[in-house]
Amino acid sequence: MTKKDRGISVNLISRQKLEEFSSTEKLKFILKEVQNGKILVLEHGLTPMEQTNLIERTMKEIKQDTFIGIEMEGYAEDRPTFIQKILGLIKKPRMTVIGPADLLKTIRKDTDMIQTMIIPGKGAK
Amino acid sequence: MGLFRRHSLAAIIQRIFGKKHARIGIYGPPNVGKTTLANRILRDWTGDIMGSVSDIPHETRRAKWKKNVKVENGNSSLFMDIVDTPGIATKVDYKEFMNTYGLSKEESKRRAKEATEGVIEAIRWLEDLDGILLVMDATQDPFTQVNVTILGNLEARSLPVLIAANKIDMEDSSPATLKSAFPQHPVIPISALTGYNAENLYTTMVAHFRKKRRKKRG
Repeated sequence: MTKKDRGISVNLISRQKLEEFSSTEKLKFILKEVQNGKILVLEHGLTPMEQTNLIERTMKEIKQDTFIGIEMEGYAEDRPTFIQKILGLIKKPRMTVIGPADLLKTIRKDTDMIQTMIIPGKGAK
Repeated sequence: MGLFRRHSLAAIIQRIFGKKHARIGIYGPPNVGKTTLANRILRDWTGDIMGSVSDIPHETRRAKWKKNVKVENGNSSLFMDIVDTPGIATKVDYKEFMNTYGLSKEESKRRAKEATEGVIEAIRWLEDLDGILLVMDATQDPFTQVNVTILGNLEARSLPVLIAANKIDMEDSSPATLKSAFPQHPVIPISALTGYNAENLYTTMVAHFRKKRRKKRG
C-alpha cells in the first residue's frame, strides 16, 4: 500500500487506557503517536502541568523538515464547587485533541465545540 | 525572642507591609507584544529598553531581564526584576518565516531552532518567578490553547497572575472579551505601543503582586 492510500489515523483513547500510564509514560505515548502522524482524541485530557511538559518535550523533538510540532486543543478542568473542594474531589481535564501541526488545524473553539480541520494532502507517515 | 528566632525582622515587616521585591515574568504566545510591553515598563521607570521588537514571530528567543526596576504607586512601591521571556508555542515551522516574512532558508531554520530553545527556556523560568504578567492580544480569540495552558500552569503553581490585554489601540480589539474569558484574574487593557493605560497597569502591578505575595505567604 502506498503512503497516499494509507489515509490518516484518528485514534480515540479511552480514559482507562490513559489511567494505566504514569504522567511521563502518557506524554511519551502521545508524542510518539503524533510523531507517527496520528491524531489522538483523549477522553480525559492532560493537566496544565502535563500540557506544559508536553510542549517542552515537543520542542526538543522538532525536526525541521519532518516534525514541526503539535496542534492541541481541549477543555480545561471544570472548576470544583465549594462542596467538591471540601471533599477533596479534583475534577479531571476534559476531552482533548492532539495531532501533528502540519496535519491538524484548529478552526474554532468555544465552550461547546472544538472545530478542527485535517490539512489536505497530508497522509499518515 | 522566640518569634525573632523563627522569622527575621525583614520577613515580619514583609508580612505586615507586603513584598518589597518580586521577580516578575512577562509571558504569552509569540507576537502579542511582550517585549514592547517590557520596553514600555523599562522606558517609563528606568529610561532603558529590554530588546528589539519585530512583526516576525519569535523575535525574542532568549530570556532577557532587568533587575531592580522600581515601580511606584502613590506611597507604595515595588522593586521588580522584570524577565522578558520568549513566546510560548506548540509548533515552530521555519517555512512560515520564509513564506510569510521572506526570510532566507538559512535564516529561517536558524530562527526556528532558536525559537524552540526559547520556548523551553521560557517554561523553565516559571520555577524562579514570584508573579506573572501574562500578555494577550486583545484582537485575538482568548481561548487559544497556549493561553489556557499557561494560565492553568500558573494557577497550579499558585503564582499571582495579571493579564495585560494588549493592542487596545487597534480597532478590532476587545478587552471586554478577555475580561469575561478570565474573570478569575485581573485584566488590564493596555496599548504597550502607545502607552495608553500604562499608569493603570503599574498601579495594579504594585498592588497585585505585593498583595498576592503577602496572601500566598500568609
